[in-house]
Amino acid sequence: MAELNTPAAGVPVLDAATLAKDFPLLSREIHGRPITYLDSAASSQRPTAVLDAMREYDETTHANVHRGVYTIAEEATRRFEAARTSVGRFIGAPDPGREVVFTKNATEALNLVAHTWGRTHLGQGDVVVLTEMEHHANIVPWHMLAAEVGIVLRWIPIDDTGRLVLDDLDGILDGAKLLGLTCMSNVLGTLNPVADLAEAAHRAGAVVLADACQSVPHLPTDVTELGVDFLAFSAHKMLGPTGIGVLWGREELLAEMPPFLGGGEMILDVRKDGFTPNDIPWRFEAGTPPITEAIGLGAAVDYLEAVGMDAVRAHEIALTAYALEALDARFGDGIRIFGPAEPEARGGVLSFALGDVHPHDISQILDEYGVCVRAGHHCAKPLMRRLGVNATARASFALYNDEHDVDTLVVALDAARKFFA
Amino acid sequence: MPGLEDLYREIILDHYRSPRNRGELESPPAVRVEGFNPLCGDEIVVTLDVVDGVVADIKIAGTGCSISQSSASLMSAAVKGKSVEEARALIATFKGMMSIHEATLPSGAGTGDGAASEAPEPQAIDIDALGELAALQGVVKFPVRIKCATLSWNTLAQCLDESAAV
Ligand SMILES: Cc1ncc(COP(=O)(O)O)c(C=O)c1O
Repeated sequence: MAELNTPAAGVPVLDAATLAKDFPLLSREIHGRPITYLDSAASSQRPTAVLDAMREYDETTHANVHRGVYTIAEEATRRFEAARTSVGRFIGAPDPGREVVFTKNATEALNLVAHTWGRTHLGQGDVVVLTEMEHHANIVPWHMLAAEVGIVLRWIPIDDTGRLVLDDLDGILDGAKLLGLTCMSNVLGTLNPVADLAEAAHRAGAVVLADACQSVPHLPTDVTELGVDFLAFSAHKMLGPTGIGVLWGREELLAEMPPFLGGGEMILDVRKDGFTPNDIPWRFEAGTPPITEAIGLGAAVDYLEAVGMDAVRAHEIALTAYALEALDARFGDGIRIFGPAEPEARGGVLSFALGDVHPHDISQILDEYGVCVRAGHHCAKPLMRRLGVNATARASFALYNDEHDVDTLVVALDAARKFFA
Repeated sequence: MPGLEDLYREIILDHYRSPRNRGELESPPAVRVEGFNPLCGDEIVVTLDVVDGVVADIKIAGTGCSISQSSASLMSAAVKGKSVEEARALIATFKGMMSIHEATLPSGAGTGDGAASEAPEPQAIDIDALGELAALQGVVKFPVRIKCATLSWNTLAQCLDESAAV
């Protein structure tokens, strides 16, 4: 496996230990030990650059956007819209100013599609295809629409290595109106062949909604290359703040979608007998948007671009390879790691079962070592059922993690195993 | 800062490793209730035989962490052979120890115990009456684990309600 660890010539490298110094929280101690933060798949930490940008905006520029004529209102609007443009460029949006909708989080972005596109295009008996590894955020909105208008859900299954089974893909997609799929599983780490699936879905006449929560923070993203129609993600998993998420949509689709919530900002005109909705993207942004958070997200994008997404990806492949080897070396058959065995086929998300020690207990012992991992069903209960478990423990990496973090994880896991032996 | 030894007492680990009253009673006649912890997906199945107002038999099935499993095991040992009134009193005392008071809590299995940290000052609780169960006292210092400890008790309460309704 050694050759997988060696970055190919020309692939940029990053120094995680140096980057970690940009993240104030990572200098914290837990129970007298340095924190080992391995839960970035749930939410990542924020660099000083993001925290400073938000503070600087609040201290110098804050006013409501799209409303005032005065200087700071105009500056606030410009900075808010500039953040939209950088986010759009970051994911290769052809028309960033029109195609990037700010939401509360990825969950709201996914619900927006189900609510507006879904309600106009789907009716009784229409088929929506999902994968077995979706997060609840890309399942429940469709269940709700099923209850409301009678759509039917079909599922792309996974195999025992945690990959999608695509043998009968055309059969599953036959007659489907929408394919909803995650770019990268938040449990298995599996990277799905999104471009191929999008192509197949389009052949079948389906629109493609991708949940990119776990991929946008960790690998280069280009919506045109992916060939999807909608892409949803959250700022708080990509070094940005909570309270803001993104829906990117192809301009033609967004342009003919009805509004989501009603109120200010989303209208051109309101009369006693009705209203005229605003142009995209503001049509989908009713009320005062998360302005400070958008500034923070813009700064997070700048930070990621400065490091380079190729470097982030190369680093996380190497770290994942190191972790897989280290866990196997220490625990062998005593640990079951879910998802693909090849670091290239996955992101830096490792869900595992350690003997029969319950994930809650693992997480509790690890906390004693300052190690933060997630224990639970990770909002993917259909996947948990497929894996035959109620819960897993999950360690996940970001650009600030290094081999030392993995070593600490292994030591703490060994302690947990011994404690419950 | 509470230490792990407050949480994982020897009695708890013992009941976790060798749970008492494992399995399921035939239902009917036994009352059977499933409890879920939505936080972690754990589930517990309590089957209960009440004969002449006495908990004649109880069994516990399902999966969970050491805290939920040992709490269920300790509970089964504590209520077996007790009258329904005594069992209910024990539930109240146990929840009191977990800083949960009936007035602040909707009844039934799987309900939220999240208000525990805002719960009113604990009333005087007769810890002695809890016997071995007092070993779970340390859980209260780990608020996220309180749900684990109370899952089986909420499920038992629902069993008692259902058997009273029969
Ligand atoms: C794959 C995936 N989709 C959706 C979500 C939901 O993100 P949020 O809670 O920020 O809306 C998450 C985060 O937990 C996720 O990992």
